Amino acid sequence: MTNPKGPSVEESAAATMEPSAITSLDGAVIHLENVHKTYDLGEVQVHALRGVSLEIAASEFVAVMGASGSGKSTLMNILGCLDRPTRGRYLLEGTDVSQLSKVELARISNRKLGFVFQQFNLLARTSALENVELPTVYAGLTPQERELRARESLERVGLADRAQHYPSQLSGGQQQRVAIARALVNRPAILLADEPTGNLDSHTAVEIMDILQRLNQEEGLTVVLVTHEHDIAQYARRALEFRDGKLQRDAPVRDRWVAREVLPTLPSLDEEDAEDAAK
Amino acid sequence: MDFWNTLRLALRALARNKLRSSLTMLGIIIGVGAVIATVSIGQGAEYLVQQGIQSMGTNAVFIAAGSGRPGGARMGFWAVKTLTIDDMNAIVREVPLIREAAPAVVGRVQVVYQNQNWNTGITGTTPNYFRIRNWPVQAGSIFGQDEVDSAANVCLLGTTVSRILFGEENPVGKQIRIGQLPFRVVGVLESKGQSVMGDDQDDRIFAPYTTVQRKISGITWIQFINASAISREASTAAVAPITALLRERHRIRPGEDEDFFVRTQSDVADLADQTQRVMTLLLGSIASVSLLVGGIGIMNIMLVSVTERTREIGVRMAVGATESDVQMQFLVEAVALSMSGGLVGIIVGLIGSALISNFLAWPTLISVKAIITAAIFSVAVGIFFGFYPARKAAQLDPIEALRYE
Repeated sequence: MTNPKGPSVEESAAATMEPSAITSLDGAVIHLENVHKTYDLGEVQVHALRGVSLEIAASEFVAVMGASGSGKSTLMNILGCLDRPTRGRYLLEGTDVSQLSKVELARISNRKLGFVFQQFNLLARTSALENVELPTVYAGLTPQERELRARESLERVGLADRAQHYPSQLSGGQQQRVAIARALVNRPAILLADEPTGNLDSHTAVEIMDILQRLNQEEGLTVVLVTHEHDIAQYARRALEFRDGKLQRDAPVRDRWVAREVLPTLPSLDEEDAEDAAK
Repeated sequence: MDFWNTLRLALRALARNKLRSSLTMLGIIIGVGAVIATVSIGQGAEYLVQQGIQSMGTNAVFIAAGSGRPGGARMGFWAVKTLTIDDMNAIVREVPLIREAAPAVVGRVQVVYQNQNWNTGITGTTPNYFRIRNWPVQAGSIFGQDEVDSAANVCLLGTTVSRILFGEENPVGKQIRIGQLPFRVVGVLESKGQSVMGDDQDDRIFAPYTTVQRKISGITWIQFINASAISREASTAAVAPITALLRERHRIRPGEDEDFFVRTQSDVADLADQTQRVMTLLLGSIASVSLLVGGIGIMNIMLVSVTERTREIGVRMAVGATESDVQMQFLVEAVALSMSGGLVGIIVGLIGSALISNFLAWPTLISVKAIITAAIFSVAVGIFFGFYPARKAAQLDPIEALRYE
């Protein structure tokens, strides 16, 4: 396994990270060992994952690729502690997650993982600020801490001025940024993004990738991105390709794209500007 | 997640679907409101009965001419001529449990004062009647024993009669006509209000029984004896000796029906108790049926809500909500629904009973016990009927829930 990043980047990233992100003995935040997942559908058994082993180190930016049915969604659910492997071990920052109870899993996913979905999955008729606060509510923070963290998190995605807007008043790109802010609010070590650009136009998609790249580069956040678009995977540093429940290919991304550099070359849709003007 | 957050969340979720929430609460509102209103009407009725018992005097023993036995051939008191003033004197003399007694001879008469005319009831009795019934005068005085002995044309007015004939004028000392005869008004009684049966006890005039017997009804017998026992217990104990005495005096052979009947206040009180028990049972069943229906409504809407908010539940679970967090959220929502329904129901019930008092002139008494019970039950309904939907929400698979369209 190759780490695409230079040691100097690694060091500077580690310095800005939460201490929890570097507690793993071997430096891997995610460690999968011969993981199998079988769905028993009565008559047939579906082997979604057939012996997947991989390691993801802190501050990596990994794209998980594959056609539908390749097992990438199952992998994501297992990584996200929403599901447990049928066989094999999953160590999240050194903790064997397969042994934990549901309550402990909920706590882990609350503290260590941040989710971003294709559908944004914001709560309707709930302000951006309160959507971002949601994970902190379950983390047991005080109302003051919650609001502070949520505002800080919105600022990181550049939406501090939209705190009181409802999702219906925000564009798709803005909604996804709120979702990213929500994923970041408990200061997780890992951000899991499941087709985060699937519902966005290409310009907005690159904007989202810009945010993810910056979080990865500037704050050392580990990003695991599921996508089936090669264009999107180009922004990651490492690509994992799945086929038929197996890890087919694991390689660093060559000629990686930098969203910040790509953005000016795209025809501006002025989507958000137009919307803002209308308000 | 702490309780206040959960509560805030639940209230907001309910506020989002105001119409739906209020319609869901309606079942509980109607149930609780009906119970509060009916209980206060029932308490009002009980209060009336208690007042009635009080107004008769708590030690009262009541003897009436006629058969008290239900069924068979019954004769009304107006047709039975066997009860006499001598019977009354014998009871007072020979039954030591009885302190005193007053006769009553009743009839209906036309009373006239100047150009005012009124048809009312007349009771002929003795002065101690007003002591036995605990009924003082508000003006003038009660006629004396010598006026009874001489069958004088004197009378006391109930407040209703006084108001109709005299208006604001003081009737004491004035002359009125009863039938064809002139009577002098010697006093006006205090108002006693409605009787247990609901008629106006103040729409009545009182005169010496001798006067009524001889000059108005033309009879020699009496129709009722109002007796007073030495104590409450004695009133019940006196029934047997009075019955025995009267049977002997009326020469009624063993096995034959009596031509009189004896009642005490405890009989009335027993009846009131029994009525109260039936009433409570009835209210209880109304309450449980309506709370059941309301509860099913809540369960139904909570199940719909869980289905509608499947994605929300998935998101919450993905960001760290445990099963018990989700379960609590929906349970609190159900309890908030039923409790608000209960509170609104209590208010509706209170307003309803106030309206009944005002427009139907029926006294209502607010029962604090009923209010507390209704509040507790509405919460219990929320917990009971909210549990299953909340459990269902908590057991959703987050992966499925997130994918739910």
